This record gives sequence, C-alpha cells and structure tokens, in this order.
Amino acid sequence: MKSIQHKWWKIAGVIILVYVIAGGFLFDVPAFPVIQQSIRNVYFHVGMWFGMIFILLISLGYSIRFLLYRVPEDDMRALSAVRTGLLFGTLGLLTGMIWAKFTWGAFWVNDPKLNGAAVGMLVYLAYMVLRGSVDEEDKRGRLAAVYNIFAFVLFFVFIMIIPRMAAASIHPGTDGNPALSVGDLAPEMRKVFFPAMAGWFIMAWWLYSLLYRSTRIDHKISELKNN
Amino acid sequence: MQLSEVKAFIRKDLLLEWRQRATIGGVLLYLVSTVFVAYLVFEGLADLRTWNALFWLILLFTAINAIQKSFLQENESRHLYYYTLISARGVINAKMIYNALLMTVLGLAGLLVFVMFMGNPIASPGLFLINMILGTVAFSAVLTLISAIASGSRNNFTLMAILGFPLVLPMLLVLIRVSGLALEGAIFSPAIPDLLILLSLICITFILSNLLFPYIWKE
Repeated sequence: MKSIQHKWWKIAGVIILVYVIAGGFLFDVPAFPVIQQSIRNVYFHVGMWFGMIFILLISLGYSIRFLLYRVPEDDMRALSAVRTGLLFGTLGLLTGMIWAKFTWGAFWVNDPKLNGAAVGMLVYLAYMVLRGSVDEEDKRGRLAAVYNIFAFVLFFVFIMIIPRMAAASIHPGTDGNPALSVGDLAPEMRKVFFPAMAGWFIMAWWLYSLLYRSTRIDHKISELKNN
Repeated sequence: MQLSEVKAFIRKDLLLEWRQRATIGGVLLYLVSTVFVAYLVFEGLADLRTWNALFWLILLFTAINAIQKSFLQENESRHLYYYTLISARGVINAKMIYNALLMTVLGLAGLLVFVMFMGNPIASPGLFLINMILGTVAFSAVLTLISAIASGSRNNFTLMAILGFPLVLPMLLVLIRVSGLALEGAIFSPAIPDLLILLSLICITFILSNLLFPYIWKE
C-alpha cells in the first residue's frame, strides 16, 4: 500500500496525459483561419515550454541553494533539472517547427520569440559543456551554479523585454507572454488545455526525479570505486 | 569593499598591461587584421546593414579576445595573494571597470581602423559613439564574469565563447539596431528606449556579478 501512496501522483499524471492525448486529437476545436486543426498542437507545444520553464525554475532554486549551503545533492538536482529542461526545450522546438511549417510555411522564421527560444537552448547547452570541462567536483558545482543563475536572469530579462520592444512578431502572445493570456483560448479548448499543463508539469517533475536518482546513484558508485 | 582598493587594483592592472605591452598589442593586431580581412573580402562595401553587422561582429570577437585574459594573465598563487588583500567585490568591480576602459579604447581604435578601410557612412556620430561606448561597457560587464567562470575550467578558450555568446547576443541585437539608426542619421528620440534597455542590462549584469563573483573567488 505504501508504494501506491508514493506513486499516486505519477498514476494521476499518466491518466491525465492519456486523457489529454485522446482529447487533444479527438475533441472538437473551433475552426481558426489558417491554423485550422493544427491548433491542437497548443496542448503539446505550449506544454513543452511551460514544462521547461517550470523545471528550469527548479534548477535555478537548487543552484541558489547550492551556493548558500554547498550540499552536493543540490548541484545534482540542478543538473538533473537542466537535463529535463533541455529535453522539454528540444521537444518544444520540434513541435513548434512542425507547427511553423504548416502555418507559416517554413520550419524556422526569423522572429524575436523563436530566436529567444534558440538562445535559451544555447545557454543551457553551454551549461552542460561547462560542467563537462571542470573536473573538481565542488568547483564544478560552484561555477555551474553561478553560470546557471547569471544566465537564467539575463535570459529571462531578454525574452521578457526584447519581444515587447520588437516591432512585430508573428508568434501569438503580443504582450510577450505566449499563450499565457487565457482569454485567447477558446472555452471548449480549456477542458483539455489546463489538464494538459498539469500533466506535462507532472511528467517534467517525474523525469527530473528519475534523472536525479540515477545521477545520485552514479555518484555513489564512483565514490565507492575511488575508495 | 572600499573604493581605494578598487582604484589600486585598476592601477595594478593598468601597470601590468603597460609592462606586458605585447598582450594588448596582440589584441590590437587581431583587430586590425580582422578589419583588413573584411576589407579584402568585401572590397570596401557600401551597404549599410553589412557595414553595421561586420563592425559589431569584429568588436564582439575583439572583446572576447581582450577580456578572456582577465583571470588568466596571472597565476593561481598571485590570485591567492590578492584574496588575502582585497575583497571579492573589489576584484570583480575593478576588473569590470578596467575591462570597460580597455574595451572603450579598443572600440575607438577599432572604429578608426574600420572607418579608414570600409568608409564612413555614420550620419549621426553622437548617437553612434554613445551607443558604441554603452556597447563596449555592456560587453565587458557580461564577459568579465564569464571569463572568471571559464578560467576555472580546462578548455577555457572555447568555453569563453560558448558561455559568452548567448548572453551577449541580446545586447548585440539592441546595439545593432541603435547603430543602424545612427547610420541612417536618426536623432536621439527613437533610440532612447533601446538605450534604456542597454543601461538596465548593464545594471543587472553589474548587480549579478557583484552577488555571484564571491562564490567563484573563494577557493
């Protein structure tokens, strides 16, 4: 019974996502000009980006904690969160590119929001390279945490300010918060959209905790080997 | 952190730069040869957009080259000695100010060489210069902390560029937009929001560097 209690949120997440995938493809959606049925992608594409931002915020939190208390586990948590975030970001880019191909006619268009997303991915890939090039564990943790905080703040200032300043963006969400303005969302889509966000958040958290556990075990194994 | 220690540290860096003239000479030569390569490749172009983009790209690469050495020039034991002498904030602020000065000088030199080879299409020099100085200050603010991070790793030369590019890119886009306006002879008012963005980015970078650097400096 105990294991069920631990797993209930994972089961809930799976059920929600099964509902989201089925409902996302089957339920009626309003007919939008140009976008048409591809609006269904909103459940997946937006979910990926929200999931990424959610998990990167967690990473930021653990990086700050690591600098304050220097517990190695916090660094592993930050790393696992960044890895999860990179996966979600890649999927967000891919779903976005497919969507862009069918609505804008090209996989990539020169748009401030798309470029912002690409820069964000570069930042976190650079974070991974930085981790790869420092051998000493505590130093690696500190440098990575400092870069994580520095990059996160600058990056979010960038994606908050620049699209608002830019003359035009064809990506929805003119106020700089794509898809956050719930008013844009047709009422019949909300019954899938909100569960979708919850489901992807749960999935992000689940993946992150799995990655964290495997990182911790790897770390323990290498510690035992060295002794 | 005291002002006097920042001043003394900047003085030390200036003196060091003067005694090791080859380093700064190397960066200057790098700047001149890049401009010359651009001149030969483009054969002196008239297109404003390309002029603008090329100028900023060259300045960006020069900045990365010049700032890279901030924490590499001197060895570990020297750093340990400074650690006992002055506070971490003193070090990072001194380095940022010093790099900003260095980059402003290099930027002006670069502009001179660039104008000599590629022609001078700048219609409103005042706006262009203010934007350029803000730009060099912004570059040095971001890249100083990055060079501190990169200096702790094995392949710091590649890392400096990888870590720096995505963070400098937003600033670069704003800078290129303003300098494009300056090239077309705009007055100040349309550029003011962009200049304010630059200023706020510099302030944020400055604050973050002050908050974060002590964690790197402590060994």
